[in-house]
Amino acid sequence: MYETNFKMLTIDEAKAAASATELAERHYALIAAEDGPVSQGTTGKGINSFLALSRDRALAQAAKVDAARAAGQDLGPLAGVPIGIKDVLTMTGSPATAGSLILKGYLPPYDATAVTKLEAAGAVLLGKINCDEFAMGSSNENSAYGPVKNPKALDRVPGGSSGGSAAAVAAGFAAATLGTDTGGSIRQPAAFCGVVGVLPTYGRVSRYGLIAFASSLDRVGPFTANVKDAATMLQVLAGKDPLDATTSDQPVGDYVGALAKPVDGLRIGVPAEYFGEGLDPEIRAAIERALDGLKSLGCTIVPVHLKHTAYAIPTYYVIATAEASSNLQRFDGVRFGHRSGDSKTLSAMFKKTREEGFGPEVKRRILLGTYALSAGYYDAYYKKAQQVRALLTRDFLEAFESCDVIVGPMTPTPAFRLGEKTDDPVAMYLADIYSVAASLAGICGMSVPCGETAEGLPIGVQIMGKHFDEATMLRVGQAIETLQNAAG
Amino acid sequence: MSETVEFAEGVTLADVRRVAELANLELTAEEEPRMQRDLNAILGHVAQLNELDTTGVEPMAQVGQMLALPKDEVGRALRLDEVRPSVNRAAVMASAPESDGRFFKVPKVIER
Repeated sequence: MYETNFKMLTIDEAKAAASATELAERHYALIAAEDGPVSQGTTGKGINSFLALSRDRALAQAAKVDAARAAGQDLGPLAGVPIGIKDVLTMTGSPATAGSLILKGYLPPYDATAVTKLEAAGAVLLGKINCDEFAMGSSNENSAYGPVKNPKALDRVPGGSSGGSAAAVAAGFAAATLGTDTGGSIRQPAAFCGVVGVLPTYGRVSRYGLIAFASSLDRVGPFTANVKDAATMLQVLAGKDPLDATTSDQPVGDYVGALAKPVDGLRIGVPAEYFGEGLDPEIRAAIERALDGLKSLGCTIVPVHLKHTAYAIPTYYVIATAEASSNLQRFDGVRFGHRSGDSKTLSAMFKKTREEGFGPEVKRRILLGTYALSAGYYDAYYKKAQQVRALLTRDFLEAFESCDVIVGPMTPTPAFRLGEKTDDPVAMYLADIYSVAASLAGICGMSVPCGETAEGLPIGVQIMGKHFDEATMLRVGQAIETLQNAAG
Repeated sequence: MSETVEFAEGVTLADVRRVAELANLELTAEEEPRMQRDLNAILGHVAQLNELDTTGVEPMAQVGQMLALPKDEVGRALRLDEVRPSVNRAAVMASAPESDGRFFKVPKVIER
């Protein structure tokens, strides 16, 4: 039976602290004790979630919050709240590595818009957080800076690619973190670590300052201890950004306000395809309990079909790798990061730099994507995958004609063991079987803790919402969370 | 008539080398067979897509095209075309592996 004594921190608790400076110092002390890799001499649990600490920046911001509080000024919605940033987003003063050796030591010259917005709301940014290299992975084992441990079960993975972001919230190192999700990289680790993770609709949150992986899929979103905190974070992050032309000018909802509305009368779509072979029976039982709970609150359960679900993983791995092979061509040793020494020609320098700088999974995906886009294979792989992507998206648009949200399991199994799937890429990819379809369709989604297995491993329930209807999704998420807390 | 879609019989070592060349990657002798094995495993899984008839389905490149959103024909999504401060050149150059402060320096491109 897994049991660790980490305690999560909520945004309300963080804001209730008398001094933002003391709170930040307390969290740095906790990180120093419990997060550092055991190999580096720390005696704690060696979670390895933080890659770099931004002490000067955090303490300057905390001092500003404390001064504003002392002067009786209005404080922002995240005033003094300690937050961590996945290391694929840029933050001046701290290296941005994307978990890769090819960007080791790279100091970005500007802040990501998400970082700017959090600080404007008063957040104290503690540092940069570990992740799979270039956000490619489902276990955080692809980081060049070592794997992250799941704070709920130290011999298990935290999920990925935003494994460090989920772990940092689960361990209470930060009240909230930013992650990114291309095929499940926020929601799957949230489920594995027992925290809330939100994938906003494509175009809802700016990606300016995000190191791109697959641009038609990449999204930025929050991890938090509860649903209300996720709504607070999303409220701060959402909106049109002149620096990111893919952000939408659709009006931003009142996410926090929406949580006050009861859920009775809402139609909950339940896709049969998400309850098939391969689903862990304990997870199935937990999701069925959550659905019964929603029914008891006056929701209607509507069976829906997402009939192309089985094709989501192969579709995703063609499209995401094709886009990645293009995006990652910029890492060539010319402008930033690592450059291989003493190459005689430019072309040799490109190749050696990339050979030394990229890890095996990144190389695998670059090769796969390049193959899928190469002459003779483009129609068979890339165009075909884009067509199936349209079918997968139509599935959702049709399902949402008869329901308001779709609810199902977030992952087929609870967190697996470190090292368990590292030698089998296809088995690793299948860990994302319930998350990739929402990524391809651009809809919003979230994972909410929904009990534990008998062994004590967290279970996540997935809620998917219509494009730009995060408000309804969050309402249902909070209803499940409330039922869960009442059940103990 | 349905579109004919043919998948490769299997990725050979020569294919791996050709694709690595296209992708500016130089694989080690140990990496080549491993990548060949993995690409074949993944493409074997991808072959399932062949089961679906996608005749006449418009390829989806991005999410917006599936939503009935008004098309942005006048570039509303773009920011105004006006002069504004750019990123700091000194900070950009400071992160370069080799620079003279104004330009990025690289090995010779053309031999003379």
